[in-house]
Amino acid sequence: MSAFSALKTIPSHPIAGGHRRRSSPFLSSLTNTAPTGHQLHSSAAISVSLSHSVIAPGRPVRAVSANVVSEEKQLDGSAFPVISREEALDLYEDMVLGRTFEDMCAQMYYRGKMFGFVHLYNGQEAVSTGFIRLLTDGDSVVSTYRDHVHALSKGVPARAVMAELFGKATGCCRGQGGSMHMFSREHNLIGGFAFIGEGIPVATGAAFSSKYRREVLKEACDDVTVAFFGDGTCNNGQFFECLNMAALWKLPIVFVVENNLWAIGMSHIRATSDPEIWKKGPPFGMPGVHVDGMDVLKVREVAKEAVGRARRGEGPTLVECETYRFRGHSLADPDELRNPAEKSRYTSRDPITALKKYVIEHGLVAESELKAIDKKIDDLVEEAVEFADSSPPPPRSQLLENVFADPKGFGIGPDGKYRCEDPGFTQGTAQV
Amino acid sequence: MDSNPRVCVMGEDVGHYGGSYKVTKGLATKFGDLRVLDTPIAENSFTGMGIGAAMTGLRPVIEGMNMGFLLLAFNQISNNCGMLHYTSGGQFTIPVVIRGPGGVGRQLGAEHSQRLESYFQSIPGLQMVACSTPYNAKGLMKAAIRSENPVVLFEHVLLYNLKERIPDEEYVLCLEEAEMVRPGEHVTILTYSRMRYHVMQAAKTLVNKGYDPEVIDIRSLKPFDLHTIGNSIKKTHRVLIVEECMRTGGIGASLRSAIIDNFWDYLDAPIMCLSSQDVPTPYAGTLEEWTVVQPAQIVTAVEQLCK
Repeated sequence: MSAFSALKTIPSHPIAGGHRRRSSPFLSSLTNTAPTGHQLHSSAAISVSLSHSVIAPGRPVRAVSANVVSEEKQLDGSAFPVISREEALDLYEDMVLGRTFEDMCAQMYYRGKMFGFVHLYNGQEAVSTGFIRLLTDGDSVVSTYRDHVHALSKGVPARAVMAELFGKATGCCRGQGGSMHMFSREHNLIGGFAFIGEGIPVATGAAFSSKYRREVLKEACDDVTVAFFGDGTCNNGQFFECLNMAALWKLPIVFVVENNLWAIGMSHIRATSDPEIWKKGPPFGMPGVHVDGMDVLKVREVAKEAVGRARRGEGPTLVECETYRFRGHSLADPDELRNPAEKSRYTSRDPITALKKYVIEHGLVAESELKAIDKKIDDLVEEAVEFADSSPPPPRSQLLENVFADPKGFGIGPDGKYRCEDPGFTQGTAQV
Repeated sequence: MDSNPRVCVMGEDVGHYGGSYKVTKGLATKFGDLRVLDTPIAENSFTGMGIGAAMTGLRPVIEGMNMGFLLLAFNQISNNCGMLHYTSGGQFTIPVVIRGPGGVGRQLGAEHSQRLESYFQSIPGLQMVACSTPYNAKGLMKAAIRSENPVVLFEHVLLYNLKERIPDEEYVLCLEEAEMVRPGEHVTILTYSRMRYHVMQAAKTLVNKGYDPEVIDIRSLKPFDLHTIGNSIKKTHRVLIVEECMRTGGIGASLRSAIIDNFWDYLDAPIMCLSSQDVPTPYAGTLEEWTVVQPAQIVTAVEQLCK
């Protein structure tokens, strides 16, 4: 019986600024039951100030920082469904792309096309899709080693990601990064980091840049940064240091915790004195929100609020998404520690199945259209594999490029010439 | 900072306090609190923040209040600062300058007397320079800020009080070049940072004894300027390295191997290297003096080398 059972009943809620009136298309019912596999329900938001945030059984609670005032929302059921048809198609396609791509990665790995550490995202698609599909091109995403799907959601072409995973020169990082280091300047995907927590300060820096551009350079910049990381990271110093700095300077950043309850084989409950991560926002002066990360619509509603807050200059938000990875930590993980009952509880809440049911039931999209999307994505991923397979591996000449942005950094050789002027340099055979 | 609005400073007490050694004095009043950012005490995170800002278009100068504190930022400096340009396939540049005072001071104790150049030298993708005079401090700092590469600029705690007449106008020194301090014929003495002054003091004694040492301040700790160094060795055939790093794994150790690799045929004697003792710098003044290379030792070493 984990400490989460009380929290699982808490539906997502919008983090409201004090002044905006929302006509939110949420149901008026406040649900206290654990979400079933196929219903997506939304609910009213009640915010209580920090001093009252004691969890009583069955009573939903959210913590917001004391200076964020919320109103109780009276919701009417008439403004339903919560997304438009175009949005439904976009969300569905993005999640299916993530799932199909990751499944293909597993196949390719076991066929010896992909190497090293590969961490798959199956089951967590709602978080990536829910947040990233709301962002603009100028917004930045910072991820961890479980970054393939963040890259895809942000718009990096599947063929570029697949080629990178195969270690080919046509990969998004020229084959130099690999599974854990996806970068794309064009799409503002700033990593891909192998050590947990080390991306959070980089994300804080990207948010700082955005604020600097607006306030010092006087550009019309309202770019937001979204940092994704896991439950294990929330016990790491860099997490807390960055929560402090982001709130202190009101940086336009959203900290998204993908709490899948496991850090390789370490259960979140065994590692954390207080496992409720959303509570760790308010002590630093930002709202902390918990949301059902298996439900893309709930994630999306919370994301809209959090990203909106950041864009308006109101500062950071900590969002804890309770989610689950259907596969092991990586393709090398035998995944023996997790209870099959726990796994099936979450697989029955598969975000893609749930969205599918929702859009069909609300008449947004016909089943045949969804099947067409499934086929389209299958073809896309197949094409990505073909592209990656037929791409050349990096040539030797690529070895020494990119170590320095300015290759003069390799220094001056005994003959007085810069090392990078040595013809061997461009062949990758120079002694540096 | 005047010429490029994207240059900013971040570190502990760099703003209102003007920097622990007053390097950034007056800048916050002139440029504001965002451009000269007083950070909380979180080296790893604000160094990472500087790196993220550099990747997204700014040119931060990150200060370690004492270079030793940057040990806490090792994760960011090694993994992100040095490596991300390569790992991202050249997509992101990281034009940061990481600077601060280091080296052995006057009885500051072991932890405030560290020489981080030896710890950072293996990190690929990083350039390291050490300034030693007001003239080269200005030139190297400008070069470091303008460089697209991440540069670690080592200052020394005891050199901030030096006074020198330097040009008002802009000048930029080359990050990869060494500085000829005193041309000579008998022996090449390679040094950097504060040890330059001990060497010059020893040089006075040596000249009185009839020796003619060539003193080179290597300035660029990574990469080494093998041209200037090589030309000198080809002339004198004898090398003495004087450094403040510890003996094991210091800059001198790397420099020694580089010289052997490249100039073995020109050497008439084994390369001598004077480094600090492999000892945590003690507090007591007498002990501290014995851990660091002193001019008298340099004189003895040269005499031995030139026998």
